[in-house]
Amino acid sequence: MMQDHSTSRRVFNVFNITFLALLMLVTLYPMYFMFITSISHGVEVMKGTISVLPKLVTLDTYRAIVQGDLFLYMKNSVLYTVVGTVINLVMSCLAAYPLSRRNFSGRKPFTAIVTFTLFFSGGMIPLYLTVNAFGIMDSIWALVLPGAINTYNMIIIRTTFQAIPDSLTESAQLDGANDIVILWKIIIPLSKAVLATMLLFYAVAHWNSYFDAMLYINSKAKYPLQIMLRNMLIGGLFADETTVAATGAASFSVTDGTLRAAAIIVTTLPILIVYPFVQRHFVKGVMIGSLKG
Amino acid sequence: MNASITDNRPGRGRWRRLRRVLVRDRYLYLIMLLPLLYYLLFCYFPMYGVTLAFKDFKPKLGILYSPWTSQGGMKYILSIVRDPYFWTVFRNTIVLNLLNLLITFPAPIILALLLNELNNRRYKRVVQMVTYLPHFLSVVVVVGLMNSLFSSSGIVNSMLEGLGLGPYPFLNAAQYFRPMYIGSNIWQRIGWDSIIFLAALSTLDMQLYEAARIDGAGRWKQTIHITIPGIMPTIIIMLILSMGRIMNVSYQKILLMMTGSNQSVSDVITTYVYRRGITNADFSYATGVNLFQSLVTLMFVILTNALSRRFTETSLW
Repeated sequence: MMQDHSTSRRVFNVFNITFLALLMLVTLYPMYFMFITSISHGVEVMKGTISVLPKLVTLDTYRAIVQGDLFLYMKNSVLYTVVGTVINLVMSCLAAYPLSRRNFSGRKPFTAIVTFTLFFSGGMIPLYLTVNAFGIMDSIWALVLPGAINTYNMIIIRTTFQAIPDSLTESAQLDGANDIVILWKIIIPLSKAVLATMLLFYAVAHWNSYFDAMLYINSKAKYPLQIMLRNMLIGGLFADETTVAATGAASFSVTDGTLRAAAIIVTTLPILIVYPFVQRHFVKGVMIGSLKG
Repeated sequence: MNASITDNRPGRGRWRRLRRVLVRDRYLYLIMLLPLLYYLLFCYFPMYGVTLAFKDFKPKLGILYSPWTSQGGMKYILSIVRDPYFWTVFRNTIVLNLLNLLITFPAPIILALLLNELNNRRYKRVVQMVTYLPHFLSVVVVVGLMNSLFSSSGIVNSMLEGLGLGPYPFLNAAQYFRPMYIGSNIWQRIGWDSIIFLAALSTLDMQLYEAARIDGAGRWKQTIHITIPGIMPTIIIMLILSMGRIMNVSYQKILLMMTGSNQSVSDVITTYVYRRGITNADFSYATGVNLFQSLVTLMFVILTNALSRRFTETSLW
C-alpha cells in the first residue's frame, strides 16, 4: 500500500486520468462538432469559425432535410432493420438448436457445412449474380436474405443453448414434447439474455449497412438512410435535390456542410439514444463470443 | 444363400439403424431445413459461382451454363496474373493490412492496462462507455466525420493554420491515405477491442501482486512481471486471429475514402473487384481477382490455425 501513495505513483495517476480524459474528448468531439455544425448558420460553418459553441443558431438545416425525402429513407431503414433482424434471429436459432444437440445424427455434417463458410466464400460477384438470378434484386429480400445468418453470432447462440442442462430438456422429452416445442418453450426462454444481445448486434448491423444497398438497390424510393448519407458525402447538396428541399438555400443558412452534419446526426440518433441503456448487453455479447464452445 | 442372412447383413443393419436415427431426429432435421437451405443458396451456390473465373459469362446462360474460356479455362486467370495493376492492388492490400495490424494492435492493450490502473471505478466505467461508442457508428458516418473535420477548411486545418502550418490535403493526397485509414480505425476500435484484454486482466491472481509488493516491486515492475505475462495468452490468441484476417481490409470504408489522387495506394483487391465487376460488369475477371484474395486468406487461416495450435493449445478445428 505504501507505494500506491509515492510521488511517482501520484504523477502517473494524474497523467493517466488526464490521458483518458483526452481520449474521451477525442472520441466525443467529432459527434459534438457535427451537432453544433448542424444547428449553426451555413455561412458561419463555411468560414470555419465554429469549434466549441454553435453560431447563429438556426433549425433551417433540419427543416430542409425534413421537407426532403428524409422520412421515406428513414422508413426504409426501419423496415429493413426490423424485417432483417427478425429473420436473423429466427434463422440463427433454427440453425443453432440442432447443432447444440449432442446426440443429433446430422450434427457433424451440418457443423462442417456451416464452419466451412467461415473460411471460404464465393465473394462479391458470384453473390451478386446469385441474388440477380433469384430475381430478388432491388427488393428488401436482397438486403435481408443473403446475410440471414451471421455464422459467428449463430455459434454464440449455439454455445448458449449447449450450456442449458440436459435435465431440463430430458424431462420435457419424457412428457412427449418434440424438439420444436422444446426449442420454443424451454431453450429460447432460457436464453433470452443472449438473444437480446444478438438482437442488438444484428439490428445495429442492418441499420449501419450501406454496401448491400449500393449493390442491390437501384430505385431511389427504396434507398436506406445510409445511402442517402453516402450520396451527400460523395456529391453534395444539390447533387441530391430530392433528398433535401431547398429551404434556406438563398440565405445560405443551409449549406453542404450543415446538411451533411444534420444527416450524420439523424442517421446516428437512434444508436445514440439506445446506446447508454444497452451498452452492457453489447459487452456481454463480446464476452460470450470469446469463450469458444 | 439362405434366408437368415438377409436380416443379418451388415449393410442392412446399418440402413435400418440409420432409418431409426432419422426417424428419431426428424424434428431436428425439420428445424435444420431452412438454415440448410440458406447455406446452400447463399453460401454454397455462390461458392460454385467461383467457376465464373474460368468461364465466359453469358447473362442469358447464367453461372451454370456459361461456356468455359479458351486456354483451358485459364484465359482470365492468365490475364490477371499479367496485369500489373492487379499486382498493385494486391500489394496495396497487404501493405495496408500489415501496417494496420502493427499499429492498431497494441492500442487496445495499452488502453486496457491504463484502465486497469484506475482506482476510481466510476471513472473507469465512464471511459469504457465513451470509448466503446464509435464501434457502433456506421462506416458512412465515420468517413463523414473525417471529411468534415479534416477537409481543407475543416477544424483540424484551421487549428494548424493558427499555428502557422498547412493547410494539408488530408483527404486527397496519397501520402495521407494510410495514416487517415489507420488513425480512424484506432479511433473506432480502441475501446471495443480493449474489452477482451480487460476481461483477461480481471482474471489475474491478486495474490501474485500481494507477493510482489512484499518483495518491494513497484507498480511498473508489477506490470512488467505479472500483468503483461498474465495476459500474454490472450494477446497471442488475438494476434493470431487478426493474422487470419490479414487480407480483409475494410473495403467499404476505403470505397468511401477513395479519391482520384489517392487511388494509387487506396485501391485494394476488393475495391478493384467492385469497380471491375459491378461498375464495369466485367464479371469473370472480377471473380478471378476475388479468387486470389480468397485463396490467400484461406492459406493464412490454415497457417495461423497451425500456429495457434502450436503455441496456445487453442485452434479453430
